[in-house]
Amino acid sequence: MSEDQPLLEVENLHVSFPIRKGFFQRTVGAVQAVNGVSFSVPRGTSFGLVGESGCGKTTVARAVLQLVEPTAGAIRFDGEDVAKMDAVALNRFRGRVQAVFQDPFSSLNPRMSTGRIISEPLRVHRLTPESQIKAEVARLLDMCGLPARFADLYPHEMSGGQRQRVGIARALAMKPELIVCDEAVSALDVSIQAQIINLLEDLQKELNLTYLFIGHDLSVVRHICDQVAVMYLGRIAETAPSDPLFAAPRHPYTQALIDAVPNPDPDYEAGRHIAPLEGEVPSPANPPSGCFFHPRCPLVTDRCRQEAPHLDPVAPAHFAACWETAQTVPAE
Amino acid sequence: MSDTSQGFEAEQRPKRRSRFQATLVRDRKAQAGLLVLLLFVIGAVFAPLLAPFDPNEMTLEMMSGLTWTHPLGTDDLGRDLLSRILYGTRVSLFIGISTVGIALVIGIALGLVAGYFGGWIDLVIMRYIDLQWAFPNFIIAVYLVAVFGTGLLNVIVALSLAFVDDFARVARSMTLSLREEQYVDAARTLGFSKARTLFIHILPNAVAPIIVQATVSVSYAILGEASLSFLGLGVDAYTPTWGLILADGRGFITQAWWLGVFPGLAIMLVVLAINFVGDWLRDALDVRQAVTD
Repeated sequence: MSEDQPLLEVENLHVSFPIRKGFFQRTVGAVQAVNGVSFSVPRGTSFGLVGESGCGKTTVARAVLQLVEPTAGAIRFDGEDVAKMDAVALNRFRGRVQAVFQDPFSSLNPRMSTGRIISEPLRVHRLTPESQIKAEVARLLDMCGLPARFADLYPHEMSGGQRQRVGIARALAMKPELIVCDEAVSALDVSIQAQIINLLEDLQKELNLTYLFIGHDLSVVRHICDQVAVMYLGRIAETAPSDPLFAAPRHPYTQALIDAVPNPDPDYEAGRHIAPLEGEVPSPANPPSGCFFHPRCPLVTDRCRQEAPHLDPVAPAHFAACWETAQTVPAE
Repeated sequence: MSDTSQGFEAEQRPKRRSRFQATLVRDRKAQAGLLVLLLFVIGAVFAPLLAPFDPNEMTLEMMSGLTWTHPLGTDDLGRDLLSRILYGTRVSLFIGISTVGIALVIGIALGLVAGYFGGWIDLVIMRYIDLQWAFPNFIIAVYLVAVFGTGLLNVIVALSLAFVDDFARVARSMTLSLREEQYVDAARTLGFSKARTLFIHILPNAVAPIIVQATVSVSYAILGEASLSFLGLGVDAYTPTWGLILADGRGFITQAWWLGVFPGLAIMLVVLAINFVGDWLRDALDVRQAVTD
């Protein structure tokens, strides 16, 4: 495989969940959780997906992990279509793509000690000879900043941050290339978040890992990711390299998200004028016409109500789906 | 999992054993329950040695009260009640435990599969369970014995099938909630088989309610056998079981109180003991519960 080929490519991904009713469970409708999402993640980089809860970012992650079946579209890993993989290829894929989950209190089996949690994939997939398993577990724990004695502890005996480290060690046991971090730090205290983010960054450098980082905390995503996509109601509203995205957003929704982040400087905060978004996120079972964002958009026009905008290039590697701002220079 | 001679599982074995000990030391009820069960098991195993008389030997000492020769008296045919209860322990305990064992295995398998796979599999299994749920367990057992005939094996099969729905329901509801846990997602992303996910990651986290259900069911199975025997649908007329002894004594309850009281007491003691032991097992298997000495 060539070096420039992206490790992960998601193309026009659709995921919908049927709404069933009645005794015979007839399908009466569908929730479009993901509605035509495309992006690619080059090897060794971090790609961030941000958005409000319910925007479909976790569903994208679950589709990449093969935990939900896409309704349409393709997910290609290292150039290979995941949907077309046979059992053997899928098994190999499972090893190369791993996940770090959101809730450190639900992601570890409460009846297993840390040692068993980390050694289980090593044993099941015969990755390490039996005689070296203890040493390998100690090595993985050490990589994640935990002393070897943690192997004897049960999940309830550890703190949230320690549990999250164990979850990362378990993922690393499979020697993955891509790690999907689904809100991996949002359940942790702020000080612990920083430690886990630093750990993830160190591991990325050390092991040349690729991250698909799902989050709603913009400062965290900005810090860790090279490229960021903002999702709204199952579609990508805007995608760009981190710095331009946060410095010069082109989509009104991105602007609103950035405005919603409080600034620690009270003087700045006092002089700042922000127009908060009005209304609620519409139901993905019954999305609005045209641009999904139009009922809440300050720049809405008739065209937005009728026609959905495409992701158009506005700068190198910077795309925005907006009829109003994508063509013009943002007002500032 | 048992083939590992080294590593963490091997290291944990003594730790797990000490959990059982540590929880048992604090649990007076469990100690009493284990003692009572142990006495009954010894009584059952060594019944031929311990019983002073042949349980079916009829004598002319009919309906004798409590004497030194017949510590628990005799029944209307002059049979020694102590000997009959000792021999009856064999059948009643065996039926109680094997019935629940069979119902547990079938019920858990159905419940796990229904809860984990969902869809039409769930629909088919659960509609059947609903059907069975609509009838009282005892009615089902009576019906099955009526169809297949009496006898030890038929009684066990009938009672265990009658209890399957209880276990299937508990196992399914636990599976439904545990399926949403992130460690079950993790098991999938780690490429573990469905069997491993079900039996290593879901089932062990569902044991607490299943153990409670099992201990309650052992009691009901012993009582169920007693009721079947009482109705004449039990093992057979010559094998003494607690239920049969109770049923035989019913007609003489005003003349010979011991014929009803002692078999009833045996049932009560065993049922109580099993419930205490079950509570202890539930605590001992829960690694989240702190063990302090």
